[in-house]
Amino acid sequence: MREVAIIGVGMIDWGELWEKSLRQMWAEAALAALDDAGIDKVDLITVGCMSPGLFIGQEHIASLLADELGMAGVGATRTESACASGSLAFRAGFAEVASGLSDIVLVTGVEKMTDVDGGDATYTLGTAADREYEAFHGITFPGLYAMMAQVHMAHYGTTSRQLAAVSVKNHANGLLNPHAQYHLKITIDDVLNSTMVADPLHLFDCSPITDGAAAVVLAPLDKAKDLAGNRPVVKVTGSGLATDTIALANRKDLAKLHAVELAAERAYAMAGRTPQDIHVAEVHDCFTISEVMVTEALGFFEPGQGGPAAERGLTALNGKIPVNPSGGLKSKGHPVGATGVAQIAEITTQLRGEAGQRQVNGARIGLTQNMGGSGGSSTVHILEVV
Amino acid sequence: MESPARSWREYPQRYRLEAAKCTKCGKVLYPPRVVCPACHGREFETVTLPRDGHVVAPTVVRVPPTGFEEETPLPIAVVELSNGVRLMVQVADMADPMELKIGDPVHLEFRKIQQDGEAGLLFYGHKAVRD
Repeated sequence: MREVAIIGVGMIDWGELWEKSLRQMWAEAALAALDDAGIDKVDLITVGCMSPGLFIGQEHIASLLADELGMAGVGATRTESACASGSLAFRAGFAEVASGLSDIVLVTGVEKMTDVDGGDATYTLGTAADREYEAFHGITFPGLYAMMAQVHMAHYGTTSRQLAAVSVKNHANGLLNPHAQYHLKITIDDVLNSTMVADPLHLFDCSPITDGAAAVVLAPLDKAKDLAGNRPVVKVTGSGLATDTIALANRKDLAKLHAVELAAERAYAMAGRTPQDIHVAEVHDCFTISEVMVTEALGFFEPGQGGPAAERGLTALNGKIPVNPSGGLKSKGHPVGATGVAQIAEITTQLRGEAGQRQVNGARIGLTQNMGGSGGSSTVHILEVV
Repeated sequence: MESPARSWREYPQRYRLEAAKCTKCGKVLYPPRVVCPACHGREFETVTLPRDGHVVAPTVVRVPPTGFEEETPLPIAVVELSNGVRLMVQVADMADPMELKIGDPVHLEFRKIQQDGEAGLLFYGHKAVRD
């Protein structure tokens, strides 16, 4: 396998972007990444996108988007694994470059979520659950994670206040990220007093509906060194992908995210790293309870200690292991297909030392974790400064 | 709108709670599958699920998906039946949905689950009722 590096990252400002179409958001992010890399030709485009069919009535988007960039003719493919679609696009691009099938790959993620109303958006996200045996009964994504939260609370004593601390921390980080959907300073009480969405999860325990896109460019390490100039070169050292049962009813332990544990194990083994080696992480905080459970599954904290760790500030920007310096899904926003690619963009920016006010000092080894649905799929990637 | 066939083929599970019991290892699968995830056996006999169980993971959905607007707040839970099989079901007939707790004993009853538009299909299945 060839060594693979990230030579460019591109983000746009995320939010409820009424004035922008999917293809426009996507092309802006793609151009930003190509400009950052200093190139204008690629061998392949990968697109992470969960459900353009239901959100905007458009399939076949990889070809549509290649054309939008004036690159019709280039190979293009879409990956889908619900909210983990973006990191699947990254892994597909990584495999292309590592194997030698392609040299330069433009990895992208995009989702246009506000062209449907809230009920239809909730329905569309719900298709990532088991349609016939979960969503049929009226469960929603907040509802599925709420069930896991109930079990985690009963088993480990995790509290609503600990969950709220995750939200407060991620909003504090998002304040420092110009691309974030929300620039809000909130308190524990703001979270606890917000509307209940699915008990015990309040509105401020939930990531929002977001329009957005993100992109990164991959190249063989040798080529990356030639292009880097004075900037640090960021290499992909670990990639793990795993699944779990989609239906919660088929899981042995609802207080654990087994797909995350497996993906982490594989990524750590590939990179020759342990949880203690990681300096900064972007993880899938679609709900506050998911950040708590993910930080446990990644081995940052013992099972049951994710909540207390968040409350004690161990995951803050200046904490023991800073988690979601970008603001995470909670504050930066969660355009589902774009999220996994934006995580890679953030960690690359952190490792390059270009994260400005939200820079984690001395970060040289970073991790991303992106999750599909209620944990039915997960990826973990490890990036390092060469 | 879903085709009538999509609903019809789920009738044995939704209406009659039919499950598949692996003839090799005895594991009961709901819904049935073509291969047993425990032992990879491929032969099954049809069994009917018991109707009594208890709540394993509850919540109350306050923001509903399309089609459930009139049923919120909606108590819903993963329920473990007395033979160990788990399934997700709504919990019906609760005056105060907030009272739903882990460990609550329940039994399953045949109910209408949802309706596909004003002149569309009616979807039936089972809901849990607290004992």
